[in-house]
Amino acid sequence: MSVASAAGASAASAPTPLLEVDHVKVYFPIKSGLLIDRTVGRVHAVDDVTLTLYEGETLGIVGESGCGKTTLIRTLIRLLAPTEGTIRFRGSDITSARRKQLTPVRQQMQMVFQDPQASLNPRKRVAQILATPLILKGVARRDVEPRVRELLKRVGLHPEHLNRFPHEFSGGQRQRIGIARALAVEPRLILLDEPVSALDVSIQAQVINLLEELQQQFGLSYLFVAHDLSVVRHVSDRIAVMYLGKVMELSRSQELYAKPHHPYTAALLSAIPIPDPRENRAREREVVGGEPPSAIDPPSGCRFHTRCPRATDICRSIEPPLTEYANGQLAACHHPLNVGADELRTASRSETSPHSAGQELPEAEPVTAS
Amino acid sequence: MSPGAHLLEVSNLKVSFQTEEGVVRAVDGVSFALEQGEVVAIVGESGSGKSVTAMTLLGLTRSPNASFEGSAQLEGKELITASEEQLREIRGGEIAMIFQDPMSSLDPVYRIGSQIVEQIVAHDFQVSKSEAMERAIALMDRVGIPRARERVRSYPHEFSGGMRQRVMIAMALSCSPKVLIADEPTTALDVTIQAQILDELRTLRKETDAGIILVTHDLGVVADIADRIVVMYAGRVVEQGTLDEIFYNPQHPYTWGLLGSITRVDRDTTGLLPSIPGTPPSLVSPPAGCHFRPRCPHAFDRCTDVPALEAHLPETPQHVDRCWLSAMQKRDLRQVGDRIGLAADEPVIA
Repeated sequence: MSVASAAGASAASAPTPLLEVDHVKVYFPIKSGLLIDRTVGRVHAVDDVTLTLYEGETLGIVGESGCGKTTLIRTLIRLLAPTEGTIRFRGSDITSARRKQLTPVRQQMQMVFQDPQASLNPRKRVAQILATPLILKGVARRDVEPRVRELLKRVGLHPEHLNRFPHEFSGGQRQRIGIARALAVEPRLILLDEPVSALDVSIQAQVINLLEELQQQFGLSYLFVAHDLSVVRHVSDRIAVMYLGKVMELSRSQELYAKPHHPYTAALLSAIPIPDPRENRAREREVVGGEPPSAIDPPSGCRFHTRCPRATDICRSIEPPLTEYANGQLAACHHPLNVGADELRTASRSETSPHSAGQELPEAEPVTAS
Repeated sequence: MSPGAHLLEVSNLKVSFQTEEGVVRAVDGVSFALEQGEVVAIVGESGSGKSVTAMTLLGLTRSPNASFEGSAQLEGKELITASEEQLREIRGGEIAMIFQDPMSSLDPVYRIGSQIVEQIVAHDFQVSKSEAMERAIALMDRVGIPRARERVRSYPHEFSGGMRQRVMIAMALSCSPKVLIADEPTTALDVTIQAQILDELRTLRKETDAGIILVTHDLGVVADIADRIVVMYAGRVVEQGTLDEIFYNPQHPYTWGLLGSITRVDRDTTGLLPSIPGTPPSLVSPPAGCHFRPRCPHAFDRCTDVPALEAHLPETPQHVDRCWLSAMQKRDLRQVGDRIGLAADEPVIA
């Protein structure tokens, strides 16, 4: 996926932004009380996230459960309303668009869900499932069936199977139907919420290959949400790492894996066992203790400080801003890893930093890779 | 101990279930052995029979529709034909099990502590309730649950997924089992928590010298902790060997496909991933001969007969596989393919 590999880092080719997420917050109120609903607290599911997705690009979002990645993409397609911030799709503000205004947007922005079993209506035949978006889009009745056959063929299923029910397919095939349904309205952007995590390894590879082929053929952009960093590495041009509702690091995928700046990214990478016994044995691994804290009452300062091996006093009191380094890599950390003194000198506070973040940029301290 | 002197020996185990669609041969002639302090991983995709194999060892698949053949012996004691009463002694006593989903394997209405105590008391009639509680606290402490003394009074819902899995491990440890069966123990957990739980299992193996059967589909986890690997496909063992034999000298085309289709976090891979075309067969009417034949790019006419599970490499007699190709042919075929020798994605045949 190299269509927009230059996106984000160098402004030379000036890639066109497709989806712009500007300081978006999504809080869920916690209600209590028998007769009167009192809000006793709020879950900070997504807490001031700024991202831009460019045309033809695949942006991966990774993080552990509860980091807000699913809430974020559900908000982007406006299944949820943001508490604060703005969302722009191809330049137009859709933050508070109503159902009618959203219809044309959702034709260009589709979603594929994690569980293909739960996201296909079990009582409908594949032909009906795929025809519905076509009819809503205004395709003439007589063109619907040929189009459905074409879609099935495109995702690697037999067109003759259009009269089958979802339960007659395997998990991988059902996910292909989910992808065909998203493709039916000819979108520009597909939001993929853990699209392969429910599938077996050999089937995962098939579905990932299909997604890559479709991207090249139709010039699609993907927002790929997953917890599996190895899958995300394979598909993404750029990757955002989230933790407790905040973006911890955002950079091109090669750099993120080669030189993670944020200790949380490093911890995630080191936690994944490599399917290669010799390299696995040779590797020095740092297991991060503890568990993610509650998003109802998140830690002060840097949200990762309770588990971070490098945390100091400043981490507990001041939220680190997203710092932009020379190669375009962004990381929100007071004590970044793999950063040279030169890089620190030229680093600047990114405008995508949360409003609540401090001004302090990380100071020079010689640090090498762990 | 029995003459074989293995801690656990499974030989030619067959499990089939009568269903409306016909007889499902979930496990079709599985044999392997487990030694003390060893981790044997059973690897396979969904429906390969890996979980059924593991659960059958504890009699958890017994039902009027199920029929069993073959044997599984724990230090000479037969498990397949054991009475329910004998099994109750063995379960949680000599063989303990950790399940994938720690939420559904703990009772939501009882406190964590009393669930561990129940298990201790069930296998040790001498122990008093307060002693058992002390042991429960010590166990929770040992598996890394902070503030164990306070948290014995918590309910399962007050624990996170990782902590619940630790409770399951504590329960499994309560009677110092000889064999621990872990069925996808980390699949439901986040990676940082997975790393913690794997560390826990490693320590446990070292301290107790128990044999561990790890059922998983995650080859990363396997590479991290296993000593030997049993690769299953459609109810049969297709290959079996040590960790390094399977990873660095795989002999069965299915193993090639499985190893080839994984994405690695430490490598840049671009372009199409090698994948195995098609989907696993139905276990009601599996293809004749080698079950992998319809998906195998190297199948030939001989594959309509079932190949035996035997060694093909004289230097590693314990490394066995179920394939008609000669060792020489396999070596050539694997060199032809860039990484693994399987073609890129092809249309799915349902």
